[in-house]
Amino acid sequence: MSAIPIATTRSVTGMATGKLAVWWVVVSEIVIFGGLLASYIMHRLAHDEWANYAEHTNTWIGAFNTLVLLTSSLTAVLAHNAASMGDGVKAHKLLWCTIGGAATFVVVKSAEWTMEISHGYTITSNTFWSFYYTAAGLHALHVIGGAIIMMIVAADAKKGLNLHRVELIGIYWHFVDLVWIFLFPLLYIAK
Amino acid sequence: MSEEAHEAHEDHSAYYIKIWAILVVLLVISVAGPFIGIFWLTMVTAFGIACVKAYLVATRFMHITDEPRFVTYIVVTALVFMLLFFAAVAPDVMKPTGSNWIKPAWLAEPSEPAESADHAPAHH
Repeated sequence: MSAIPIATTRSVTGMATGKLAVWWVVVSEIVIFGGLLASYIMHRLAHDEWANYAEHTNTWIGAFNTLVLLTSSLTAVLAHNAASMGDGVKAHKLLWCTIGGAATFVVVKSAEWTMEISHGYTITSNTFWSFYYTAAGLHALHVIGGAIIMMIVAADAKKGLNLHRVELIGIYWHFVDLVWIFLFPLLYIAK
Repeated sequence: MSEEAHEAHEDHSAYYIKIWAILVVLLVISVAGPFIGIFWLTMVTAFGIACVKAYLVATRFMHITDEPRFVTYIVVTALVFMLLFFAAVAPDVMKPTGSNWIKPAWLAEPSEPAESADHAPAHH
């Protein structure tokens, strides 16, 4: 089964320009996060003692945030589904559910970082923690940025305007989810 | 997007919820994996399942397979360049010595505990 994308305006590439732009953003993000994660993996494999540092990350908090992001991806794709059927009001509500997921993620992440910093694990403690805060922090910035854009798209969707943008922000949001899917085992499970 | 196209679109909500449920089950397995205590199994349940989850999100939620083929090509190209980057610099990053070079700091102190011990809290 496959859903029909709603942004089907003809263009020379065979897809709407806006959607093409979002895919280019995703590809550039693959290079950004891929570089970071590849560097982490190389250092992690070269330093067995990093497993000891990773012992101090909280798997349950990471798992909860994974669940939050997976659920926010569900509401994002349901918003796309609603927009595809022309239901802007429903898409607006579902986008706000996704924003709620983003807020939950950031609040939980902030509490987690507060706990870790209070225990003395800061970005300057050692290279593991430098990677940890850089990777998770860069990801959290993407969550915050996505949530802000989603507010703008949701406001339009409520009025029935630019419904194709619901799919576009959804593609970005699923990518943010996808990055976390790999960050979670790297930072919280491989101990 | 025309109104006709909107009307023609079917409601796929149940399908998406089913995919989400599968993703949650996979998450539970990846969290449960380490409790079994077998290293290779933990790696499989952590990273193997991460790949499966990523595939499901990319194909079912992002609909990458519904896009023109070149979208998949540019994504795969980015990933291939990542692997090239990995292969090219991994020996320098991961080894303490090479044909014409050494890392004196590594050889003197191959691991980081001394540095990190200064910051590792005793009370944790």
